[in-house]
Amino acid sequence: MKDLESVVIRFSGDSGDGMQLTGTQFSNTSALMGNDIATFPDYPSEIRAPSGTIAGVSGFQVNFGAIDVSTPGDDPDVLVAMNPAALKANLSAVRKGGTIIVNLDAFNEAGLKKANYEKNPLETGELDGYQVIQAKVTEQTLRALESLDMDAKAKGRCKNFYTLGITYFLFNRELEPTIKWIEQKFGKNPVTAKANVLALKAGFTFAENSEIQVSTYTVAPAKIKPGLYRQVSGNEATAYGFVQAAQTAGLELFLGSYPITPATDILHELSKLKNFNVKTFQAEDEIAGICSSIGAAFGGALAITTTSGPGLALKGEALGLAMIYELPLVVVDVQRGGPSTGLPTKTEQSDLMQAMYGRHGECPLIVVAAKTPGDCFHMAYEASRLALEHMTPVILLTDGYIANGAEPWRIPDLAKNYSKIRSHRVSGVAPVPFLPYKRDAQLVRPWAIPGMIGYEHRIGGLEKWVDTGNVSHDPKNHEVMVKIRAEKVANVANNIPLQELEGNKTGDLLVVSWGGTYGATHAAVTKAQESGKKVSLMHLSYLNPMPKNVAELMKGFKRILVPELNMGQLKSMLQAQFQCQPIGYNKVQGLPFKITELVEVINRTLES
Amino acid sequence: MTDVPVYKKKDFISDQEVKWCPGCGDYAILSSVQMAMTKIGKKKEDLVFVSGIGCSSRFPYYMDTYGMHTIHGRATAIASGLKLHNPNLEVFVVTGDGDGLAIGGNHMIHALRRNVDLKIIMFNNEIYGLTKGQYSPTSKVGQITKSSPFGVVDRPFSPTALALGSGATFIARTIDTDPKHITDVVVAACEHRGVSFIEVLQNCVIFNEGVHDEVTNKDSRDATTVRIEHGKPMIFGKEGNKGLMLKGFNPVVVTIGENGVTEKDLIVHDAADYNVSSMLTRLARPDFPLPLGIFRNVESPVYDTEVQNQIDNVTKKKGKGDMNTFLKSGDTWEVK
Repeated sequence: MKDLESVVIRFSGDSGDGMQLTGTQFSNTSALMGNDIATFPDYPSEIRAPSGTIAGVSGFQVNFGAIDVSTPGDDPDVLVAMNPAALKANLSAVRKGGTIIVNLDAFNEAGLKKANYEKNPLETGELDGYQVIQAKVTEQTLRALESLDMDAKAKGRCKNFYTLGITYFLFNRELEPTIKWIEQKFGKNPVTAKANVLALKAGFTFAENSEIQVSTYTVAPAKIKPGLYRQVSGNEATAYGFVQAAQTAGLELFLGSYPITPATDILHELSKLKNFNVKTFQAEDEIAGICSSIGAAFGGALAITTTSGPGLALKGEALGLAMIYELPLVVVDVQRGGPSTGLPTKTEQSDLMQAMYGRHGECPLIVVAAKTPGDCFHMAYEASRLALEHMTPVILLTDGYIANGAEPWRIPDLAKNYSKIRSHRVSGVAPVPFLPYKRDAQLVRPWAIPGMIGYEHRIGGLEKWVDTGNVSHDPKNHEVMVKIRAEKVANVANNIPLQELEGNKTGDLLVVSWGGTYGATHAAVTKAQESGKKVSLMHLSYLNPMPKNVAELMKGFKRILVPELNMGQLKSMLQAQFQCQPIGYNKVQGLPFKITELVEVINRTLES
Repeated sequence: MTDVPVYKKKDFISDQEVKWCPGCGDYAILSSVQMAMTKIGKKKEDLVFVSGIGCSSRFPYYMDTYGMHTIHGRATAIASGLKLHNPNLEVFVVTGDGDGLAIGGNHMIHALRRNVDLKIIMFNNEIYGLTKGQYSPTSKVGQITKSSPFGVVDRPFSPTALALGSGATFIARTIDTDPKHITDVVVAACEHRGVSFIEVLQNCVIFNEGVHDEVTNKDSRDATTVRIEHGKPMIFGKEGNKGLMLKGFNPVVVTIGENGVTEKDLIVHDAADYNVSSMLTRLARPDFPLPLGIFRNVESPVYDTEVQNQIDNVTKKKGKGDMNTFLKSGDTWEVK
């Protein structure tokens, strides 16, 4: 038995092989056993690319450990390859000396050909240096299910549970949570439920009785902050954060949305929560998604819309309208690789500039970003709070990596930390005249909604006269209004927490990151600090406006390094706003940063 | 339901100066709609006028109700969200042939398909007015406009046929020269539960002057239009002796008293009969009189009501959701 701090497993197979499900089950079981985990699904954009080909390979990586696990891990320690294509696509990533579990039955002539293998890699010696476990997954699964009244195809589909059983033995996972899950999931179809349980147990038994000698691992429970935990993906957490905000503000939550990868799960989640005063509207297009939300916002809802980069582009005109209306609205952009359809199922941080500037006219908006799956709850709540307290649209940026990734999440104390939102809804008898654009000290206008007697007023996309909101083409008034709206957004800096640093306030290097790269930058900076380097981390959650102390904090460091999954968008913003000279580290491969990669960059920057 | 005050037309006139061209057909429509608002039994604070972009879309500024002047083509989408959030409101969409059928065509067909309880008033002047004279999706083939100096090549939509094809449950056509008719149609639209689509033939004095002359002219209009009423035979003509009769599946124009034709042979309008509605949407000049009135009026489940019912049913079954309980349910574990 080996005791390990953390292990990375990648389950990989055909997109029809059920690898996402297998990986999720492994993660859930590990979380229930007290490990810290981080997961990353990696699936092709084609629902079913030709089976057995590299294009059709679907993966799910999970990092679980006895320590603080902040990313799904770098190089897998264990690769499960359900066919030759999965092996070919992933071999280069596996840590030297790692374990590879293959489905021997798929390494036949046809399978090898589809993966463009001229010779069987199991025989050529190219896997020397790895611990290879060859299992007849397909054959053994069929044999285990011999007695069941099912067709061979349906039996074959259970092979992912056989594989899961093997990994459960290797890592001493309990079978019970998965068996319980199977029984619930396939409750209406007891034969299928039984088949999956049998396959799971058969895989476990195979590994136990296997003649191949394997080192078995134990991963102790992690030392994490006490509290009640659950697993949560970024998209789920986003949905829950909005519901909490709406409940706190005493408003209906209205979502107008059009399906788009990787944001659609937020729509799925919210459409389940109808008994939480949530209304979801699947619109005819992205534009109708945001427009229906603008209508609901005028009507008095906490209105949101969810999308990804291309959808945000389509919503640009309506965002200008919401901004000049000065209505509360939250737009979630779950970023993916672009431009255009780009890499729709891969992650990227390349919409920051679009969120900041991608509109017509002078149109500053509040822009915030979530850093981990669990943090999506907090930032969705924050985005809603700021929209309601400042009567202006807010863009919340997440990305495919944290939206689909999951982590154990300490369930927050809602009554204590998520219970105060001061919306600008008017009440009581209407003043005469009622001035819909008369502002308070923070330049925020009142929110009067249809149905309220005496507050009847018209809002429009045409420029407005100050206070009255009546149409005005007066040149000076336009400039005044442009400045007022900009100042109102700038005032949000008075209503957000000051920026914090991880590490000392002075040093040789400040790493500045934002969004979903936090797991990697946090882990890399921690490692650098442990090896005595004078490095600190400033991770920005509020991008526009930024906290008031950001400029001051940056002055404490000799150099500033900005790692981003884009070509340097935050870097450009920092340069423009603070006249500093940050060093960029940029990657646009649709893949997240690796911790080792960032540690190297930090060291290199310190030495240069 | 609390008592609705008795309103006068002036209660719906806002303090804003109306800025349409002198002689524009929009004035008559505005006045007729303001009059209709005194007759629908709804409180003023529950009325919302939502418009897109174009001359017609200035409408909400002139109504002393809640209003939204939005962006080009999106009024139906914005109105759908508003109505869905608060089904108690009476939500009107004011749009034109460019705003509603070109840039906003997609939102229009989907609002009609879903049967959202919106009252859509579409001004049809067969031209783009605000952008100063380009052809629209209802301009006639051959029409000379600023963007078609050699004549329009595009084939036009029939707005009522499009509405019918999209599943609209209330479809009507009226005309800017008959304010009383507009008022009656708008009141009927408000009595209807579900989406209402009203095409108002409107004259643009600057860019398409006289486009509807043939059907508005005092001398010709009795012969060129037919006023349809549910349950009544389709009769028209200066002497009231022309009628529409079915020959096989097709309508024909006949004269009462000639060839043995009597009033009993004429088509009786049935606003609930799809085939009758469909036939009316296809009647066009010069072969037929242009129908004015309510083409279709049927009951069907109303979207915003159904959405609310579903929420109420789920809430009744599952109980009012509580986030604290919800987050702590399912697979959770305690770390000590």
